[in-house]
Amino acid sequence: MSRRIGLEASFAAAEAARMADVDVIAAYPITPQTHVPERLAEMVADGELNAAYVPVESEHSAMSVCLGAAAVGARTFTATAGPGLEYMHNVLYVAPSMRLPVVMVVVNRALSAPLSIWGDHSDAMAVRDTGWIQVFCQNNQEAFDMTLWAFRVAEDPKVLFPVMVHFDGFHLSHVTEPVILPEQEEVDRFLPRFHYPFALDPDKPMTHGAFGAPDIYSEAKIAQEVAFRKSKKVIIKGLAEFADIFGRHYHPVEPYRTEGAKTLLLTMGSFSETAKIAIDRKKKRGESVGLINLRLWRPFPFQELRRELKKAETIIVFDRCSAFGGPGGAGCSEIRSALYGESEKPRVVSFIGGLGGRDMSVEDFEYVVDRGREIAAVGSEELFATGGIRGEVTAIRG
Amino acid sequence: MAEKVIKFGKNLVTTEEFLAEGHSFCTGCAEVLALRLACKALGRDVIIANATGCIEVCTSPLPVTSWRVPWIHTLFENVAATISGVEAGLGILMKKGRIPERDIKCVAVAGDGGTSDIGMQALSGAFERNHDFLYLCFDNEAYMNTGIQRSSATPYGASTTTAPAGKFSIGQITWKKDMVKIAVAHNIPYAATACPSYPFDLMNKVRKGAEIEGPAYVHIFSPCPTGWRYASDLAIEIGRLAVETGVFPLYEVETGRYKLTVDRPNLKPVEEYLKPQGRFRHLLDEEIAKIQERVNEDYARLKANVAALPA
Repeated sequence: MSRRIGLEASFAAAEAARMADVDVIAAYPITPQTHVPERLAEMVADGELNAAYVPVESEHSAMSVCLGAAAVGARTFTATAGPGLEYMHNVLYVAPSMRLPVVMVVVNRALSAPLSIWGDHSDAMAVRDTGWIQVFCQNNQEAFDMTLWAFRVAEDPKVLFPVMVHFDGFHLSHVTEPVILPEQEEVDRFLPRFHYPFALDPDKPMTHGAFGAPDIYSEAKIAQEVAFRKSKKVIIKGLAEFADIFGRHYHPVEPYRTEGAKTLLLTMGSFSETAKIAIDRKKKRGESVGLINLRLWRPFPFQELRRELKKAETIIVFDRCSAFGGPGGAGCSEIRSALYGESEKPRVVSFIGGLGGRDMSVEDFEYVVDRGREIAAVGSEELFATGGIRGEVTAIRG
Repeated sequence: MAEKVIKFGKNLVTTEEFLAEGHSFCTGCAEVLALRLACKALGRDVIIANATGCIEVCTSPLPVTSWRVPWIHTLFENVAATISGVEAGLGILMKKGRIPERDIKCVAVAGDGGTSDIGMQALSGAFERNHDFLYLCFDNEAYMNTGIQRSSATPYGASTTTAPAGKFSIGQITWKKDMVKIAVAHNIPYAATACPSYPFDLMNKVRKGAEIEGPAYVHIFSPCPTGWRYASDLAIEIGRLAVETGVFPLYEVETGRYKLTVDRPNLKPVEEYLKPQGRFRHLLDEEIAKIQERVNEDYARLKANVAALPA
């Protein structure tokens, strides 16, 4: 029987790594970190998990240890957040380029300065082009589910790309919610043992990570791009298999009460749950609104989004990060790109808010929808608007 | 099949080559000679992690490779962490019975910049965590692969592209960072210096470092004709002079105990080592005297360590 217990998202993710029977965990305690590695260290110390816990001296080394461990065929896991993710930035590119299927939980947090340890999506957006599969979670159950699913997808021989599982700092990482934990037997059925086809082995010497001169680098990168996009099939198949075994259904793009809606709000992560309540209230008042929760951020689900978005008149995209000097939030840029080629396309309005731990209430999201519709109707000279931030936005023009 | 060996006096050296010919090192490079000897000492049951640098670039241009042993390169600054992951991964997979128990030596290979500058933090971490690995620093005393820029291992008075000798500068104005001392300060079980001009000494130290349980560090003096500006047939001679003048003494520190493996009771003047090299050509007598004084002091300190804590 599965168990339903109270867990913060960090503990839920650690449980998933434990049930996945990870072999190597490498983590640094700060810059900042969460309870994920603390809980795993405790499990190893108590003999609940048979793994090598490598207490490294930095996030840069955390990811580097993961590369070495994955290259010998170990199931490898780490966790980080905010500036810690940026500190390993250089190393992040290497994992997908060398097809090393590391799984990493990224608890989303703001970047300095000013120093902030609280949640937003600046860290995730800054690494969007590194070649990792990236998914966002709305709640603690999803933190468990997506972490488990991440191993299944990353290690699939047709994928062999690393996966980042994102959940919001503090709003999820440090908040306790009920989480259903499955039986080990179910987990084992879902997640086969990891067999890395290119493991470093003295009996089959292999050169891993050779250098690419200009006559070969471009081809290598395009091949990586093609393989990465093809992984979407396994990503979706993995979600379907997850639903078959555990009964919870997830999709790259998740519509909420969108049937016939003229205005769609698009959010990512824990804010989607708050925004759903705002949508419910508006529906009750007879407004034609719906919500899109964007779960899969990379590879970006263009087709699925087009299918959901193109019938609406207005799309309001709410981003939890700054994209200085750009066209609006990072999410909004992608949505506009996805829709640009359509003959009939909705207006897309960009909102930025929820930065550095700033909460967004249900009322704040109601305002965002109202103001977004207004901007769509009468236009605005500003490239984006804000929600839940003091003062009027001015002089943000192209 | 019995291993084929060549006998040099009492030394037996395998005829097997783990580093294939056809690589792109410069003519007269002592580093690749040292690497080839190190590979012979390590044998087949090894996994090598390589930092970015001359060795990485000259041995692994896609789609060809010089490596006949498993080899991985990830980045410049993280080789000690990469090999930590290899070692941790192998260890736990053997413990869990996923791969057969076997003695596979985990070896990191890096240059002086990748070791004493940008790779220092990762190396210190790997030493402190007590991984069972051997770290080989091939020291050619500057960033040679990228164009002879100075590193913290560049010796005082050498001219490099980022610390050039000029009207108002002698070139490098700092003294070479003592990596072995830093390694020893981590209380690791084995640290040593080596030079390919003394091939059996080098191979013995590499073998010893690989066999000792826990972290081991071997700092290998790697004369570089391109960066040091000497004739390409002089590599062995330059290495020998570095040892004979006391500029680069050959010693080992085993569990804190010091031993000079090549002892020179009477050191040759440093001038003999400096003169054939273009990078020192601008040095005036007073600077050479200053270097001589420093070498004398360092050598005396080393001798004092040997006397105080003998092997």
